[in-house]
Parts: sequence; C-alpha cells; structure tokens
Amino acid sequence: MAMNNQGRDSTPHAVAVADELVTFTGNKALQQEEALIFELDNPGAVGVDLEAPVTTKTRLDGVKTRASVGLPSLAEPDVVRHYTRLSQKNFAIDTTMYPLGSCTMKHNPRLNEKMARLPGFSDIHPLQPVETVQGALELIDQLAHWLKTLTGMPAIAMSPGAGAHGELCGLMSIHAALDARGESHRRRVLVPESAHGTNPATAAFCGFTVDTIPAEENGRVSVEAVKAKLGDDVACIMLTNPNTCGLFEPQIREIADAVHAAGGYFYCDGANYNAIVGRVRPADLGVDAMHINLHKTFSTPHGGGGPGSGPVVLSDALAPYAPLPFVVHGKNGFDLVEQAADAKGAKPFGRLKGFHGQMGMFVRALAYILSHGADGLRQVASDAVLNANYLLANLKDVMSASFDGPCMHEALFDDRFLKGTGVTPLDFAKAMIDEGYHPMTMYFPLVVHGALLIEPTETESKQTLDRFIATMRHLAEKAKAGDLAHFQASPRLTPRKRLDETQAARKPVLRWVKPATPASAPAGVAQAAE
Amino acid sequence: MRYLPLTETDRSAMLATIGVDSVDALFRDVPEQARLKGPIAGLSNHMGELAVERHLSRLADKNVTASAVPFFIGGGAYKHHVPASVDQTLLRGEFLTSYTPYQPEVTQGTLQYLFEFQTQVALLTGMEVANASMYDGATGTAEAVLMAARINKRNKVILSGGLHPHYREVVETTCGVMGMDIRAQAPDWKNAEDLTALIDGETACIVVQTPSLFGHLRDFTALCDAAHAKGALVIVVVTEVVSLGLLTPPGEMGADIVVCEGQSIGNGLNFGGPYVGLFATRDKYVRQMPGRLCGQTADADGKRGFVLTLSTREQHIRREKATSNICTNSGLCALAFTIHLSLLGEQGLTKLARVNHANAVTLADKLEAVKGVKIVNDGFFNEFTVKLPKKAAKVVSKLAERGILAGVPVSRFYPEMDGLEDLLLVASTEVNSLEDMDALVRGLEEVL
Repeated sequence: MAMNNQGRDSTPHAVAVADELVTFTGNKALQQEEALIFELDNPGAVGVDLEAPVTTKTRLDGVKTRASVGLPSLAEPDVVRHYTRLSQKNFAIDTTMYPLGSCTMKHNPRLNEKMARLPGFSDIHPLQPVETVQGALELIDQLAHWLKTLTGMPAIAMSPGAGAHGELCGLMSIHAALDARGESHRRRVLVPESAHGTNPATAAFCGFTVDTIPAEENGRVSVEAVKAKLGDDVACIMLTNPNTCGLFEPQIREIADAVHAAGGYFYCDGANYNAIVGRVRPADLGVDAMHINLHKTFSTPHGGGGPGSGPVVLSDALAPYAPLPFVVHGKNGFDLVEQAADAKGAKPFGRLKGFHGQMGMFVRALAYILSHGADGLRQVASDAVLNANYLLANLKDVMSASFDGPCMHEALFDDRFLKGTGVTPLDFAKAMIDEGYHPMTMYFPLVVHGALLIEPTETESKQTLDRFIATMRHLAEKAKAGDLAHFQASPRLTPRKRLDETQAARKPVLRWVKPATPASAPAGVAQAAE
Repeated sequence: MRYLPLTETDRSAMLATIGVDSVDALFRDVPEQARLKGPIAGLSNHMGELAVERHLSRLADKNVTASAVPFFIGGGAYKHHVPASVDQTLLRGEFLTSYTPYQPEVTQGTLQYLFEFQTQVALLTGMEVANASMYDGATGTAEAVLMAARINKRNKVILSGGLHPHYREVVETTCGVMGMDIRAQAPDWKNAEDLTALIDGETACIVVQTPSLFGHLRDFTALCDAAHAKGALVIVVVTEVVSLGLLTPPGEMGADIVVCEGQSIGNGLNFGGPYVGLFATRDKYVRQMPGRLCGQTADADGKRGFVLTLSTREQHIRREKATSNICTNSGLCALAFTIHLSLLGEQGLTKLARVNHANAVTLADKLEAVKGVKIVNDGFFNEFTVKLPKKAAKVVSKLAERGILAGVPVSRFYPEMDGLEDLLLVASTEVNSLEDMDALVRGLEEVL
C-alpha cells in the first residue's frame, strides 16, 4: 500500500466485500435520506430575524386572533440543507438529458434569470402609476412585437398564465366573436384524438361540446375527416401543429380553409411551436388563435411544474375580443388599458388573471429571444428537427417508429418492438432512469399503442445524442434478449424504487398530520400519517 | 450561437446519417408557400450576453422600484422582505430546470416539497387539504366557484363587495361563459354588507374576502352557518396571506373552500406575476378539486415516498370530463413560498404578522393627524382605506412626482363609479420605516 509523507493512504485498499452496503443512517453517501420539514421541528429556533413591532397597539375591530398555526421551527442552516437535499433527488435539464416529448425541455440560460431579477422588473408593483413603470410596459410591448412578427399574426393577448390558460383565452375569444356574430348556437369544437388533454378540457371549461376527429393511419388529420364533421354548429377546430405524433399536418391549409368556409375558427395549439419557430409563420397556415408556451419554445424554466406563460396570438377576426388588460401606445408613452370602457372600439371578453400576466416570464423570454435573434430562432427550429430525426434514424431499426418519413421536433415510437418480451413501455422507461436519463413521454399520444415520445430539443449536442442512442439500443436489445427481470426491477439506483400509485389513490394521504405520540421510526421508513 | 451545441460538422454528419441533403428536406410536409426562405425580416439578429444585458437594463432603469422609494401600494400584491436563501435555493438547477414530477423515482425532491407545501397551506388556512398550487389567487377563486357548482349542482354565485375587483372580473369572465348566474355586490367600502339575506336554495356559493379589498376584517362564522343551512358553500379569499399569521383562519369560521394569493410569502412583486394561488378545502370535497395533488405512498421496499395522485380528476386522463383544464401550475413560486414559510416558522410568521399590523397601526395614527384625512376602517391588518379631501388618483400622481408611491386609488378599480374617487388604499408592511411613513405624511400635507 502506498502512503504519502504524512502517512495517509493514497491508494485504495484491495478488499472484497459482499453485496450492497446497508448503512446505519439509511443514507447512501451523496444520496441523503431526508425527513419532512415538520419532522425537523426544533422548537425555539427561527430562520429569520425581525425587529420587534413598533407598537403593541392593535386596531382589529374585535376580530379574533389565532392561537397558533402549527408550523415547525428551524434555523436557516437547517432550512437550506433540507431543500438542498431535496433538490438532489430530482432529475433536471442541468444534470441530464430530459427528452420528455411535448414538453420542450431545453437548456434554460442563466442570463434570463439574471435579467428577471433586475429590481426594475422584479421589484415593481402591478398597480403603480403607469408613469412609473414605462420600462415594464415597453418590455411587454417589445415581446408582443416579436411574438406577433414571428407568427405573422396581427394581435396578441399577453395575460394567460400557462398553455392551458392560453387555450382558454383563445376559446373565449372565439366564444365572444361567435356571440357578436349572433351565432351563439355554434357550440361544437372539433378535437383530433391525438390532442393534448388540455384541448378537450378547455373546450368543456368554456361550455363547448367536444367532437373527436379520428387520426388517419399515417398519424395525420385528413381534410376529409374534418369536412365530415363540419356543420353550422361548429365553433372551431383545435389542432396541434406539428401534432403530438411529431408530424406536420400537410393538409393544414386545406383544413383551415374548410373550417373557415363553414364559418368556424382555427385554434392552433402552439405547444410544439419550437419545431417551426422562425421557419414557418402560423398566420400563413390560416390560424385564428394560437397560444405560445413561453416555458417551452422560449425557455423560461419549467420549475418543477411552472410557472408557465401562455400569450395568445390572434387574427384580425378575433383581435377585438382579446382580454383585459393590454398595453397601448398612448399620448405620453405607454398606457395600460384595464377597463372595457377604455378599450376604444374593442370588445374585450373580460379578464383572465389577477394582474397583467407573467411579467417575470416575459423578461426571461425576451432575453432568450434577443439572444437568438431572428437568425438564431430559425436555427433553433432547424436543430430541434435535425436532432429528432437523427434519433429516429438511429433507433428505427431497434425500436418501432410509429410513422414513416421525417418527423419534426420529436420522434414517436410505440411498443411493438417490445412485443413478446414482457417488458412494458413503463418498465423500459424505468430502466432508462438507472442509466441516468429522464424518460420520454409515455402512453401519449393515445393514437398508438404504448407510445414513447422523444423530444431531444436543439440544446443537446451530437455527443450527448450518440450516447443516448447507444443506451437506447442497448436497452432495446437487452429487452429482446429476454432480460425481463432487469426491467421489472428498475429503477434500482434511485432514492426510491417504484412507488405504489394505487395505494396513494385508494387511501389518499395528502398532508402531514402531527402524530399523537412522537414518531420513533427513522425517516424513510413507511409510517401512516393518519 | 452560445446555446446551440451542434457544429456545422455535426450537422453535415447527422444529415448524412438521416439520408437527406439539407434540413429543408425535413420540412417537406410544410406547404410550399408557408416555408420561409430565410430569417424573418424586421427583427434583430442574435446578440451576445453583454448586448442583451444592456438592452434589458435600459428598460429596467425606466421603472421606479418599490425598494427605492417610500412605498405603500397593496391592493392584492404586497411588498415584503424575502430572505436571500429563498431565491438562492430555488435557483438550484435540480429545482429550476426540472418539470412536473411524472416520474416519481427521479422527482422525489419536487414531490416532497409539494407535500410539505400542501400541509403548510392546510395549516395556514385551517383547512383539511390543499392542492399543489394554482396560477394565482384570482384564477383560483374562479376555479373554486366552478368546484362549488360541481358539488351542489347549483348555478347562482354571490360575490361580496369586499372581493378584489380583479377576482370578481376573473370569476365573471370564467364562470360567466359557463352560464352561471353571478350576483356581484356593490363595493363595500363601509363594511356594512350583510349577505345572509341573499342566500337561497339556488345559491351555489358565496365568495367573501378577509381582509377585504378595503382592509376590513370579517368573521364569517355566522355567514357560513347561514349558507350551510341552505346548502350553499362559502369560499373565503385571502389576498394578503401574511394576515393568517395573526387572524383566525377561514377554516375555523366554517369555510368550505379557501383561496389565497400566496405572493406575499417568498415571491417578489414582479409587476403582477408569476404569483401562486393557494387552494384548500375539506376532505369530503377532495375529488372535486382542480389542480395537481401530491400524496404519500410507499415504494417497492416499503419506504415512504410521494407521487402525484387522484389524477383521474385531471385533463390528461379525463379530457373533457376533467375538473379543470389546468396543467402547468406555479411550481417554482410554490417552492419560494414553502422555503420562506419554513424559514419563518411558527415564531417568525406570527411575529411578521404582528410587525405588519403594528406598522399599519402606526401609519394610520400618523395619517389621521393630517388635516382632512380620515381612516375609514374600524379594524384592519396591514392595509386600510383612507378618505381624502381630494381625488385620490390626482393625489397619488402628485406624490409619485415627489418620489412617494402612496397607495392604490379605489377609482383605478372602479373608474365609472361615483362616490369612490376620494378613497385611497394604503398598505404598510415590515419594509416601511418610520421615516417612510413621515415622508408620506409630509407629502400629503403638501399636496392636500
């Protein structure tokens, strides 16, 4: 054994030990077990230092105060460690390829975060006098200009809080436009079966009825299938393009024309806009309304499930009905229209959100857009589509591609390649986890059996894609070789193995409840919370 | 382009593997006339970091920031101090750049903080169960109204005149399109409203707010009893969530659904968003709730773990029969909320609430000494209504010229309504120093 000159070992011991190490703490070195924050309660500790109240006088009009809240007490070091340990139990774009189809998990530039934290954006109140927030209104106006120009659309509603909220905005604009036309009987919305669940849910949320259009054998929607459903009770079609199979709808112009000829509108779900940004303008496809997920195409962070932002571009036909509030160019700079009476000829359908929209996301999106520019955004779409096709080309002989021909920004596979192996798409995905990859979207879209939808995005390098391809080929071959047990036991290297979702739903435990007697079981050991 | 790793060599090699000559060939399904030949005209090309920073900093510099001036604006969004460790912690890439925890084995971090968040919201509101967040308080309120209507299959909604007008408008917009019968009451600036008489057998729910838009404090216990006697639900809205560190929670008053704007804890003003809606209810109504829910379960080894649950309520499973269309919520804002609330803890939150109230009481006392100024409220938390001898909007504008952001003129919400022009909402939180308050007093003395 080698030693350095202080006598410390400098080469590893050559000792053989059997089996997996079970530690005293349950920790696995970098992988720490972490109790609930409530179980870390350290009565008397506090994580903030506040000055004493300047007066003990109260003016509460006799309303009762509460005795206690029941929150735990911790000093700052323990709070920081708690959340840092939790963070280490997550996969993220920063640590691994995250090819979650339909979610556009691209790199989130930190410049965007820095810009959103400029006090001039983060520390201004939505109800300040407009003369004190001219820069904020100008930023909204600039982002609106980019989004309108990129899409070729004449108008935009900036306030929706996420993609599904944008869908609601679009459908409410259509609702209002139909009412204004005196055609309130138009209450049927056509939705292809490949659509995201939010589409039919949004239509229903607006009081419309949903009529499903079946997909063709080639994964597309045909103009004939749409025409067969058209009638004078149709309000609109909600079409995702590129669609959720990762395919561009080649008959989209004909579909738009047919819907328009029948008196309906064309709502485009812009979830997959990343595939065409800078290369195709939705206006040239006949779109009347389309939401743009700023957290997808324009890289505002997904944040473990939001916040998103879903501005909606609108055609001339729908523009007058855009919701309040909106920014206009006024006599003395920018102005904010917050009341229908000030909308000058427009007929806003109402208000969708507390204030003016997701300003923090607007700043990030504009930073991203300015960084790329018109040339860079076009390259974004090109590289996103190139990366997806490269995966498709390298995997189609070992996995079963659902459709022929080039795809757009995501490649769809189904479970035919697993036939006879006993391995399910879920098992396959869980084995990917042990290999260090976040799985793709599974079991969606519903138009193929056992869907595996892979969206690499443009921010993965060829090296990363090549490693991913090698891993997928390895797993596909392993499944075909009959190693069922490996897949069924996956994942094995994660902080938790497969979780029992049936138990979670059957007897929901949705919060921590203080145990009657102090819990003696260490963290990580199952205990009933009730 | 610094964000695009593919080199020209990579691109050529990849095209060769795919078997096409150019990327354009991959766009063959796009109709010919819709294919753009080059970058879209009239827009700038890519910029370096420095240029982007300069551009955006110039815009930011045109705004008056809350921290730079004596600042008393509330009206549904509040200026509070957020500890540095909140933002530093949520900036960890594993939080910032992950997504909805669809794969629980590799998202236990997100799932556990959501479970803790749900518990904190339930404790704060005095309710049994809470979801994993909504976009904001206003959209949460509209979702609560729809949920109430699903529960009792009724159609009439009564909105208190103390409800924030933006919340009222979002309810009118979102629930109005569903054909609900919405009865919004006149602005209740005098705190004289009695809604009991309006409740009948058709009433789905009543929506009330405490502290109200005008800062009044209300105990809704009797109202809840009256509503329940007629089968109606009571939705209590809280736009200043710090107040729950001091005041009786709505759950103890008998509320059926509680919706809060959670911005005050952990989240900056951000010109109105992103914020975080808190949504809590009774166990018996959980299957009618909108939004994501995180639940506890066990893994294959019997260890405690967390998953998204009861998703058969949600759009990705139920499609048009879902309880809501919501998908992405306010994950990162909920994380900010939960970290800040963990730092505050029991002692910190109750003290923060008392400091806020003490500052508001002090400011009210000082303002009452100004000639012609009257405090409308008998009680308040950290915001109250002031009656001025002049139009509030003009006074606010003049004070802004003097570098003081004095509050929200009620006329900004109700420009068409007579009798409200001289009312000003004034908020005072822990960030306001006695010097700030004196500056406001002096400013008012000058402009009145």
